[in-house]
Amino acid sequence: MSRRVDHVKAARTFIQDEPHIKFHDQRLWGLRQLRDGQAHGIAEWEQLRELASQIKEHTLSHLGDYLEQFERNATANGVIVHWAADAAEHNRIVHEILSAQAVTLLVKSKSMLTEECEMRPYLEARGIAVVETDLGERIQQLDHEMPSHIVVPAVHKLRGDVAQVFAENIGTDPTNDDPAYLAEGMRQDTRPYFLKAGAGMTGCNFAVAETGSVVVCTNEGNADLSANVPPLHIASIGIEKLIPRQSDLGVFIRMLSRSALGSPITQYTSHFRAPKAGGAMHFILVDNGRSARLAMDDFWYSLKCIRCGACMNTCPVYRRSGGLSYGGVYAGPIGAIINPTFDLKKYSALPFASTLNGSCSNVCPVKINIHEQIYKWRQIVAEQGELGFIKKESMKLAGKVLADPKRYRAFSEGSNRAIDTLPRALLYNPFNAWGKQRELPTPAAQTFHQWYAAQRKEQADE
Amino acid sequence: MSSRDAILAAVRARQPAARALPEVPLFDAEYAGDLVPRFAMALEKMGGRWLDADASVPLATQIRLLYPSAQRFCSAVAGMDGFASPGADAAALANVDVGIVQAAFGVAETGSLFLSEHEYGNNALGYLAQHLLVLLHPTQLVGNLHQAYQRPEWRSARYAALVTGPSATADIEGVLIRGAQGVRSLTVLALANP
Repeated sequence: MSRRVDHVKAARTFIQDEPHIKFHDQRLWGLRQLRDGQAHGIAEWEQLRELASQIKEHTLSHLGDYLEQFERNATANGVIVHWAADAAEHNRIVHEILSAQAVTLLVKSKSMLTEECEMRPYLEARGIAVVETDLGERIQQLDHEMPSHIVVPAVHKLRGDVAQVFAENIGTDPTNDDPAYLAEGMRQDTRPYFLKAGAGMTGCNFAVAETGSVVVCTNEGNADLSANVPPLHIASIGIEKLIPRQSDLGVFIRMLSRSALGSPITQYTSHFRAPKAGGAMHFILVDNGRSARLAMDDFWYSLKCIRCGACMNTCPVYRRSGGLSYGGVYAGPIGAIINPTFDLKKYSALPFASTLNGSCSNVCPVKINIHEQIYKWRQIVAEQGELGFIKKESMKLAGKVLADPKRYRAFSEGSNRAIDTLPRALLYNPFNAWGKQRELPTPAAQTFHQWYAAQRKEQADE
Repeated sequence: MSSRDAILAAVRARQPAARALPEVPLFDAEYAGDLVPRFAMALEKMGGRWLDADASVPLATQIRLLYPSAQRFCSAVAGMDGFASPGADAAALANVDVGIVQAAFGVAETGSLFLSEHEYGNNALGYLAQHLLVLLHPTQLVGNLHQAYQRPEWRSARYAALVTGPSATADIEGVLIRGAQGVRSLTVLALANP
């Protein structure tokens, strides 16, 4: 289970594919720029971030009470509330709800939590067909891949890739890669599933304790179709999604889509409070490691995350390595700090997939100190002896060299000569990960120390 | 111990020291004047269309003229001549060309419309129809989302959506396509003052 994810190795194929990496980088940076445009258009933006952070921290520090209040109000509204300690229990509950109604087809909108729980294969093994109805998520489902981004799941694919996946699976013309044609193909293919499905499933962006309702933010209309067309609606809710009051939604809804896609709001912001007449609604509150994270002094702040993906869009490492290379449900900077809480051994490489430039923390709408947490995870990884051999040995050497002025001078003079004189094969050896995509700089003729000594000598001679 | 009790006990044992809950201001100073132009602009940015109704022509006639090729209209608004009303069966709405509803209010900041089961008749009407026509009283506008969440309509709604333009996706190479899984177009017809 906990085979170590090698981010560098996993990113290699993607990096070598020039058209893909170039598009990926530009598309995500484009989202970051749209986000800036929206943020700068709101005078109180920074105040909203501070409020969002405070509301989330308050909620997490009173989470027990808010969960009970949410359960009480939802139950009073006629919703059936379930609690799942882990992924296995979540999947079992979903299966029980569906089999009690003899449901064989489930339509669902995007939910990172159900990805986390690996629910789809669980249900499919028990004879229940699961259809993802978000376009990007459907592409990923048909291509047997995880979402590579939490907001735009297929952002690592180009139109030609989608044309191929759809031609093989839903019968579109393999030679037509026009995005409008492909999106229409998906719409036509998905419609009958909405009409036939015995149940619909959504995730949850915000769970409001005061009203007992869940809020889902989407653009395609698929969550509203999933929840409103079939008679049965199930919503999976991570326990950290709680917020106290309906009025708090103003803060979060104003920032979510602006941070994610640079649009003022998603096309649909949907509030589910009670089952429709003649229908049924189930909420599943899922822990799956969240209460354990709440106990971690440095890391509980990551539970404030509202899954906008702004940290991913701004991250130079994420943009140039692709979400799949992180090997976990959550990619990018937020993945680098969340995944290790699930399995430190498996995800020990992810905190190193960062330049620590702090951009992720600066765009985070709930002010999570992401880059500081990444740095703290590195320390833990090192303490627990999970650094790879090369990183460990080279850091030991660097530590010795940097701690000793004489050694440092000898090393820097030597390495300048080495760049000049050593053959490429030796410099760009397989242990030098840095040199794989980069050229070493031209060495200076003198080190700073040599230059300084020469200057001093000149001045003394004058 | 049930999972419920175990989760609550774990959460209570581990939650950090209490932090205060801030009051959220309304940030409404900039929304003092006429909200109509602001709403219309925000709506159009999100792919919707704003039209002013002509008080001298019956609404049903105006709507038919807006959709010359549409065959099947379904109206959740009472008193529309010749239009069917949505029934309880959601799937039966799959062949509707144009759904007609009246929003309870709109939000100028984002161009959003409040629609709940009371406005939809059947919620599926807002998503299975190919096109959505939304009637709106221009007096029923609030400035921003903070103000929107103060409205009383939320309390009685089992389901309520802030609907902003038609369904959309940019999941393939970031190319924006209006008309993803839900309606292909959304038009707001502003009612003349009574």
